[in-house]
Amino acid sequence: MSADHIVPVKIYWAVFISLLVLTVVTALVAYVDLGRFNLVVAMAIAIFKASLVILFFMHVKYSTKLTKTIVASGFVFFAVLVFFTMSDLLTRNITAPGR
Amino acid sequence: MWTFLVTEVMFFGGLFMAYIAYRHAYPIAFASASQKLNIPLGATNTLVLICSSMTMAMGVHSAALGKKKALITFLILTLLLGGVFLGIKSVEYHDKFVHHEVPGPNFQFEGADPQHASLYFALYFGLTGLHASHMLIGGVILIILIVQASKNKFSAAWHTPIEMFGLYWHFVDIVWIFLFPLLYLIDPRK
Repeated sequence: MSADHIVPVKIYWAVFISLLVLTVVTALVAYVDLGRFNLVVAMAIAIFKASLVILFFMHVKYSTKLTKTIVASGFVFFAVLVFFTMSDLLTRNITAPGR
Repeated sequence: MWTFLVTEVMFFGGLFMAYIAYRHAYPIAFASASQKLNIPLGATNTLVLICSSMTMAMGVHSAALGKKKALITFLILTLLLGGVFLGIKSVEYHDKFVHHEVPGPNFQFEGADPQHASLYFALYFGLTGLHASHMLIGGVILIILIVQASKNKFSAAWHTPIEMFGLYWHFVDIVWIFLFPLLYLIDPRK
């Protein structure tokens, strides 16, 4: 599994504090009217937070390429699901108007 | 373990996909329904879960160094924080039942687009319920690991179950990192 790489505790603390701060930022920025960019900002922060957890808490940064590929594949296939579902839903009015 | 987590991404992914599709179809209902959630409780729970991820990471760290006492302490802390999360979650669920915001025959909703607001709440309960059930299972496994750790089952050379469980627990944390803004913070300005 993850090689016997011991991550320094300092890094855990840095990740932990960043996650706490970013959670507060997420909650506060939601009250600022950015139009449709509220969602973009919220998701950008969430993806950044998730990356911190995956890379450091889950040691993926220090793992083999095989592990990295498997982790990436999960998100790639979720993206495939969203891409094809939304390309269907978003184009129904264009391809079959009036239905 | 990672392969299992990829299947978990798919498991939650289906529900997230349903959420994306319906939020896109009924944005007004989703915005007004999400205002019924308690943001301070949701934010507190996010912080609690991040703390529990930290204690879990420290638990794995202690296990890798062969520190038994620290490992058990961190596992117990993780379990307690998980319990706090589920406690707060159950308060929120209770509020939803009291206010008739649970989809079904007694669903009542005063706000924009009540018909489709029940869809939001169905997804809210589906997503948070699946997440909470993962936490419950995690809690049971934590208790088993604490007992095993106290029986000296793990060492610096072999602590694979602790590592695997750490991955699972962090995964559950990541799901919540997405659920919090998507469910609670759609349009909190009103």
